[in-house]
Amino acid sequence: MDIKIALAGNPNSGKTTMFNDLTGSTQRVGNWPGVTVEKKEGRLKHDKNVIIQDLPGIYSLSPYTLEEVIARDYLLNETPDVILNIVDGSNIERNLYLTTQLLEIGCPVVVALNMIDVVRKNGDVIDVEKLSIELGCPVVVTSARQGEGTREAAEMAILQAKAHQQAGHPHVFEGPVEHAVAHIEEGIKNHVPASHLRWYSIKLFERDEKVIQQLALGHEVMAGIEDAVTTCENEMDDDAESIITNERYAYISKLMDVSVKKAPRKGNLTISDKIDRVVTNRWLALPIFAAVMVVIYFIAITTIGAIVTDFTNDTLFGEWIIAPMHGWMETIGAPLWLDGLLVDGIIGGVGAVLGFVPQMLVLFLMLAILEEVGYMARVAFIMDRIFRKFGLSGKSFIPMLIGSGCSVPGIMASRTIENERDRRMTVMTTSFIPCGAKMPIVGLIAGALFGGAWWVAPSAYFIGVAAVIVSGIILKKTKPFAGEPAPFVMELPAYHAPQVGGVLRSMWERGWSFIKRAGTVILLASIVIWFLSSYGVADGNFGMVEDMDTSILAAIGGAIAPIFAPLGFGNWQATVATVMGLVAKEEVVGVFGVLYGVSGDAMTMVEEGAFSGLAPIGAHFTMLSAYSFLLFNLLCAPCFAAMGAIRREMNSAKWTAFAIAYLCVFAYAIALIVYQLGMLFTGHGFTVATAIALVVLAFLLFMLLRPTPGRNKSKLAAARTRAAGSP
Amino acid sequence: MKTLKDAKVGDTVIVKRLHGEGVLKRRFMDMGITKGVQLTIRKVAPLGDPMEVNLRNYELSLRRADCEMIEVE
Repeated sequence: MDIKIALAGNPNSGKTTMFNDLTGSTQRVGNWPGVTVEKKEGRLKHDKNVIIQDLPGIYSLSPYTLEEVIARDYLLNETPDVILNIVDGSNIERNLYLTTQLLEIGCPVVVALNMIDVVRKNGDVIDVEKLSIELGCPVVVTSARQGEGTREAAEMAILQAKAHQQAGHPHVFEGPVEHAVAHIEEGIKNHVPASHLRWYSIKLFERDEKVIQQLALGHEVMAGIEDAVTTCENEMDDDAESIITNERYAYISKLMDVSVKKAPRKGNLTISDKIDRVVTNRWLALPIFAAVMVVIYFIAITTIGAIVTDFTNDTLFGEWIIAPMHGWMETIGAPLWLDGLLVDGIIGGVGAVLGFVPQMLVLFLMLAILEEVGYMARVAFIMDRIFRKFGLSGKSFIPMLIGSGCSVPGIMASRTIENERDRRMTVMTTSFIPCGAKMPIVGLIAGALFGGAWWVAPSAYFIGVAAVIVSGIILKKTKPFAGEPAPFVMELPAYHAPQVGGVLRSMWERGWSFIKRAGTVILLASIVIWFLSSYGVADGNFGMVEDMDTSILAAIGGAIAPIFAPLGFGNWQATVATVMGLVAKEEVVGVFGVLYGVSGDAMTMVEEGAFSGLAPIGAHFTMLSAYSFLLFNLLCAPCFAAMGAIRREMNSAKWTAFAIAYLCVFAYAIALIVYQLGMLFTGHGFTVATAIALVVLAFLLFMLLRPTPGRNKSKLAAARTRAAGSP
Repeated sequence: MKTLKDAKVGDTVIVKRLHGEGVLKRRFMDMGITKGVQLTIRKVAPLGDPMEVNLRNYELSLRRADCEMIEVE
């Protein structure tokens, strides 16, 4: 029989390092079902019969955050054989708060007193034996970073699991509370498993909504419980939830007095404090932040990132694989369709997936370092003020910045945001920021119709940023994002030197999860588009076609083109170009060149600024319709690779569909408003379409300016409690 | 009523009472902001918000608007 160890602990307690140290290369990374929270599982290095389940980093087992609910449900429903609780010894007081809750679950518990090296360095002394006796569970001293004690901790956990040695119940609560809890235990003992009796009783005392819902106890039992709780509340003059939390911390304070001797701090400043004095300094914080971002952008996007991406796309796939494959297929006399499917469809598709990976690895490496070091938390601290207005996290800055190079790693970078709602919002809006591949489209439009005007490119960025802000404000008032905003009560962890192993592992995990989860979507989509664009009816026969004009895609484009007529570009060429843009945004330029009969390579002309050659394209547009086309292509659904990344991060088909639909609808609305109002102001008269555009604009403004639904109510409630609280 | 929002950088205050209810209040308490605990205001972010507070030997960052819920003395 396998033994299951659940790894539980606070964020920043060294839990991940411990998990890596215990499991080595046996890890499996996935998601908890239906949510965007990462799930990691592995087997013990020295004993493959032991499964180690990493739980999300949590501060408490309250019913309020997603991570806490996941951990609770796992601990109660999946019944691990033992809980290994990682406690940061250098921040022991707050870390033990979770321990007091874990001990109530009715499962064997082993405490790993981690970061003991830091404790020693600070000169503090922790009486481990005393702590163990008081808590009623074994305590093992560890330093996961240095590999000290981790094996012993795991072995102790196995020992406890085999012995079914339930953790004792330390005397956390005072008489009146214990009295009420005993009362509740009596009332519900036939409704819950005996081992979890204490846990459920304490949760019922706290009036934990999730537990009340789950147990669905009868009226009589609930009335009895309410009675016991109210009596206790009156006696202690506080609400039940506060009583429990206060007593836990009071108990820990007492425990600290007897088991921890703190060395006097020299000058009251730790190394972290000294670093923070500079890094989050009132005047220096923003310049330092800007400098860090410039370095990341420079390395991940401009220099190393661009070099590796160009190498994989152009050299590795273009020259070394695709070209020889074509030649080889020709020599063995393979039919043209097979050559096309294999080389252009499949290998081209795989290339589209893998082309991004090297750049992503470079970026993830740097993000992992920032996280490990502890700077990410400071980023949130510095940028929160700006981003929270748009329903985003301070950490959303990084995905957006990276997104200006490429949306794919940008979207993947949202993983560092701890709140699910902020994370989803960031995933949804990151692709508004024009990525590198959209720049050729901008160049094309600017060159072909605006004579290469300087302001077109900056306007693209401006519109991207505005779209993020407007969407943030609109979306945070909608139902999927509604409700109380997540509280921003965030720990600023002490700085640590990054660890090579941990950083590399985190980099690889993210890269691999992109290949695995996003890759399939991209590959399939690439093959479908390849098929649609290279097959069609020519000379009365269905088959592969030479010109895209006669392809299925052109036919489809012709059929759906009228949809874009109100935006000013209801012709099949523009429609086909937009669809091809889903493969890769820069395709739009090449496709335009081919479809409008530009002699030569349109992309090269854009790059070299040879705008006169682009005249055949310009002839089909007005300035207004071209700008509207540009707007739509900048804002609508991103390329398949980015959609794959959205799918990966949302971990839900529904949310992915919602995100992509939102992007398309938003893009359509903006292009419609700009084109129709532009037509009106340039003297083309007031039409039905103008009226519709005005209605859409009014709706957009309404969504933007309306008060948050339900906000007034909570404000009132807050005012009332305040009034009640003041003497 | 003096709240944490009124405290200045460098001040050390003692929590008297937590107002409000629900998620935010529980989160405060879970992070160790309970009756009687000592808070030291370390600094304010460059844009004026949030602020950094030291309690129970660690650093916590809080939004000013939320600090209104924390009555101190």
